[in-house]
Amino acid sequence: MSEIASKPEVLHVKHLHKDEKGAKIGMWLFLFTELLLFTGLFLLYAAYRYVYSADFHRAGFETHTLIGAVNTIILLTSSLTVALSIAAIERGKKWISATFLGITILCGLFFLVNKYFEWSSEIGRGLYPGSPKLLNDTNGINLFFGLYYTMTGLHGLHVVVGIIVLTFMLVFVLRGKISSEDPVKLENAGLYWHLVDIIWIFLFPLFYLIN
Amino acid sequence: MEENVKTDTSGPGYGTYILVWLALISLTCLTVAVAGFNLAALTVVVALIIAVVKSSLVVNIFMHIRFEDRIFKIFLSVAGVVLFVIFALTFADVFFRK
Repeated sequence: MSEIASKPEVLHVKHLHKDEKGAKIGMWLFLFTELLLFTGLFLLYAAYRYVYSADFHRAGFETHTLIGAVNTIILLTSSLTVALSIAAIERGKKWISATFLGITILCGLFFLVNKYFEWSSEIGRGLYPGSPKLLNDTNGINLFFGLYYTMTGLHGLHVVVGIIVLTFMLVFVLRGKISSEDPVKLENAGLYWHLVDIIWIFLFPLFYLIN
Repeated sequence: MEENVKTDTSGPGYGTYILVWLALISLTCLTVAVAGFNLAALTVVVALIIAVVKSSLVVNIFMHIRFEDRIFKIFLSVAGVVLFVIFALTFADVFFRK
């Protein structure tokens, strides 16, 4: 930091071309729209849980708490590694940054693999929207599983997008397009990944811990 | 200008991030453990409080909000207030509906 701060003329030139603060504010505004998208679903969940609390309680026994907990730990760890990756690139450590970014991408893939096994097991037990088993059950149970697949599915989609974005960032780091001089692309990708993590932090207790 | 330089490059070190990660993992274990107790209506309240603590750790440290300019904090507060109002108005409707 002191090294860069002592060379204001270098930064001045950089500042003519790049506006890191503007880029970050733009990213945060985008994250707010994402938050609003999920807020709508959280509102639906809250309202229906209030109306059908007994059904939601019963449905909560059907979700895999262990897989949910493991996936929580995987996502929290991936948030750590993306933060470490950014810290490394800011210190000019290209290979450490790339390694942490690679671990982050692997964590995202592990999360999706777990999700695959989880959903397969539930679908195998006849728990999917419109299944004969659910159609014969109460409205509350149907709403729970409708919300479960919509919310974790939309979140899963965000994980997929996050993995794609982070893969591009990894290529940029390796090619030197993201560096200690210009880390904002990686920082913004990291912000997106953390938001995905935060949404999961709320999804986990609401769908896996209500039994 | 000086301030921009600082916020853009300074951040917590590797150690801080690892400590925050340890705290997040501990809180996850805590929320799973607490779910085992039968606290009736309090269960969801406790779970949500833990979730709020976890996400504020992520926002403040991992997402750097603590180290950013004031404008980011103002933005985040406005977004937070808007969400709160949306939730409060919805609950005011749902809870008092006959």
